[in-house]
Formats: sequence, C-alpha cells, structure tokens
Amino acid sequence: MLQFDLHLLLSGDYHDWLLSGLLLSLQLMAITLLLSLPLACGVAMLRLAPSRFLNALGATYVELIRNVPLLAHFLFWYFGAPELLPQAWKERLYAGNIEAISAIVALTLYTAAYMAEDIRSGIRAIPAQQFEAGRALGFSFLQTMRLCILPQALRLSLPPLLSQTLNLWQNTSIATVIGVAELMYQTQRVETASFRSVEAFAFASVAYLTVSLLISGLAALLQRRAA
Amino acid sequence: MLELIQDYWLYFLVGRYPEGPLGGLALTVLLASLALVLSLPLGLLLGLARISPWRALRWPVTALIHVVRGIPLLLVIFWAYFFLPNLTGHESGQFTTMLVALVIFDGIYLAEIVRAGVQAVPKGQLEAARSLGLPYLSAMRTVILPQALRHMLPSLVNQFVSTIKETSLGYIIGLAEVSFVASQINGLVLTKPVQVYFLLGMTYFILCFSLSRAAFWLERRQARVLKAAA
Repeated sequence: MLQFDLHLLLSGDYHDWLLSGLLLSLQLMAITLLLSLPLACGVAMLRLAPSRFLNALGATYVELIRNVPLLAHFLFWYFGAPELLPQAWKERLYAGNIEAISAIVALTLYTAAYMAEDIRSGIRAIPAQQFEAGRALGFSFLQTMRLCILPQALRLSLPPLLSQTLNLWQNTSIATVIGVAELMYQTQRVETASFRSVEAFAFASVAYLTVSLLISGLAALLQRRAA
Repeated sequence: MLELIQDYWLYFLVGRYPEGPLGGLALTVLLASLALVLSLPLGLLLGLARISPWRALRWPVTALIHVVRGIPLLLVIFWAYFFLPNLTGHESGQFTTMLVALVIFDGIYLAEIVRAGVQAVPKGQLEAARSLGLPYLSAMRTVILPQALRHMLPSLVNQFVSTIKETSLGYIIGLAEVSFVASQINGLVLTKPVQVYFLLGMTYFILCFSLSRAAFWLERRQARVLKAAA
C-alpha cells in the first residue's frame, strides 16, 4: 500500500474540499436541529392532546416517517415532491440550492418523528397533578403545556434528545445521495480525484468520530450534573 | 399509479431474476435477514467481551464499539467497499460488501443489546451460579444467557426493522435492492417520480410497520408472562 500522505489533508485543494464538506455537514445538522425541535414538540402535543383525532394524526405521522428509511425520504423529497409544486415555484426552486433544501426537509421531518417520541415520554414523566394544577388555575391546554409542562419535560428529555442529535449527525451523511456537497460527498470526490482512499476515509472517520464524541461527551456531562 | 404497478411489479419485487441476478424487494429482505443472522454470533461475542471480567478483552472491545458507533454506516460501507478487495485478494461484489458492512455495524449494536440483556438479569443469579462452583463461562452459558436472550427477542425484531432500513444504503454503491430498482423504474418511466417514490416508501412502511407491531406484541406478551410468573 502507498504511504499515508498526511500533507494531503493539511493543505491544498483536497483539504479545502474536505473542510467545506465538514462545514456543510455541521450546518445541515444545526439547521435541522433548529427546525425539528419545535416540530417535534408540536407532534408530541398532538399525541397527548384531548382529542382522538389529533392523537391519531400524531401517531400516523410518527409511524409513517419512522418506518421508511431516510434514503427513501431523500429520494422522495428530491426527485418527487418538487414536481408537485406550481410551475413558478418550481423554477425558483431549481434555480436555487434545491439539493440542500430537499435534504433539510427530509432530515427535519425524519428527526422530528424520533424526537417527538422522546419529548412525549418526557411529558408523560411529569406528574399529572402539574397538568391538573395548571388547568385548575384557568390556563388552557396549550398554555399549560407551554408554561408548565414543556419546560420541565424538555429538561427530562435532554439525554435522549442528545442521542437523537448524534443520530442526526450521522444521518447527514446520507444526503450525499442527492448530491449535497457535505462531508461524505467531498470524501468521495477527493477519493475519485486523487485515488487516495485511505487519506480521504481517514479524514471523514476522524471528523465524524470527533463530533460524535463531543455530542456524547456533552450528554455524559449533563447526565452527571443532573444526577 | 395502477398502470405503474401493473407494468413493473415483478421487476420491483425480484429485479431481473430469473434471467439476471436477484434484486428488488426480495434482495432487500434476503440481505437484511442474512445480515441479522450473521451478526447475532458476532454481537453475542462482542457483548460478552464488553462486560467480561478480563480487562485485556473488555477495553479494546469497548473502544471498538465506541469508534464504530461514532461513524455513519455509510462510511463503514465505503471502508468495506475499498478495503475488502485488499484483504481478500479478489474483487468482492456489492452484495458481499454490503453484507460485511451490515454484519459489522449490526454486530456492534447487538453487542449493546446483549449487554443490556445480561445486565437486566439480577446479579444474584451469577453469584449463586459461581458459588455453586461453576466457572464464569459456564455460569454465563447455562444460567445467565438463557434468561438474558429471552428478554432480547423484542429488541431483535426491532433490530431487524433497522437492518431493513439500513439495506437501503446499498443504493449508493449500486446494489440492486428495492430503492435502487425503484430509481431504475423512475428512470424508465420518467414522468412519475412522485408515484414511484411514494410506492417505494409505502413498501418499506408496510414491511417495517408490521414487523414493529410484532415486536410490540412480543414485548406485551413477555411482560404478561413475567407478571404471571412473579
């Protein structure tokens, strides 16, 4: 086997490609996280709302999303869904960065379905009296949730939410199938251009591993402080 | 949509089989089943090594588990894709590559399931077996594992669901499993991407949802059995 060329990773074009990929992956994660958290709270509340119809709606969303692989979500939102839009919107979308938008939509919907379940179990861990007290003071269902239940529930669901963030981080790699220029895509690009597979994969592995370890380190830290 | 199903259902289900290699949904299920079956022994060994009383065994395996869990499956597949030929000396097909990557990845995840299963067995069981004079390994094999593995059945079905979802990544290395075949169909039809990918999603949904319902049912039944025994 050829010698491992560290220099390749430290400077030059390949270094820039890989670094821009890493940055885009991190951006994908951050944007998805920002969008999916409120959506997940919404879905969790649907599942606990005092209406059979809303419960069923929430459950359908969660099951429908979780039982289909993320790759199929990406394919649908990239190749399928834009066709449903009116012509003018479609043109604007294709002129812009359609890959990134599709990826964010797919990742957000997917991540929110998992986070909703974590938030739901967080809410259910809050004693029912808290909810009853809120209602008895005259707050509506949504107000009680927002002011009294969710602040406590979110704190409880922090560890599982962080582990979902870890999954999200790894899931961003699948965006390569629709040509989003994130880390995995750039790794393949460097590999094809330079035939330096070991270096390219080593960079990607170390990068993914470092961010993963940071996230799980944060989770461990929070757990220790909560205990 | 009905026309689409009429024209392509056979291709969707089995690929080019019997004239060509097996593909489509059949390949997805075959790959997932093989991967799960082969990763079971690996997961059992790794799980036991992870909680073994010998440090020389426990530490490297724990490190390996943390490393593999820290990188995406896609990267494991790429490592396998480019380095299996170096290791074995001859070209390996997409199916073998995917299978090897899935077995390693699932083995690592199963190891954690095995660990949780073993740790859920009350500690007194191992202590009792040891004080009866059984060596550690026989105590594991004859006392702890039979109890632990029974608890694990629902988790295993859930793992099967995950494995089915993971096989979709075969698409990226050009393995003709169901997502890949769906894209081929989309390329042939050209005008119906929404319907094609909707049907692909529904196919996965029906398969995975029924399996996760089965896991849920198993879990409930087990809880009842345990309650009755208590």
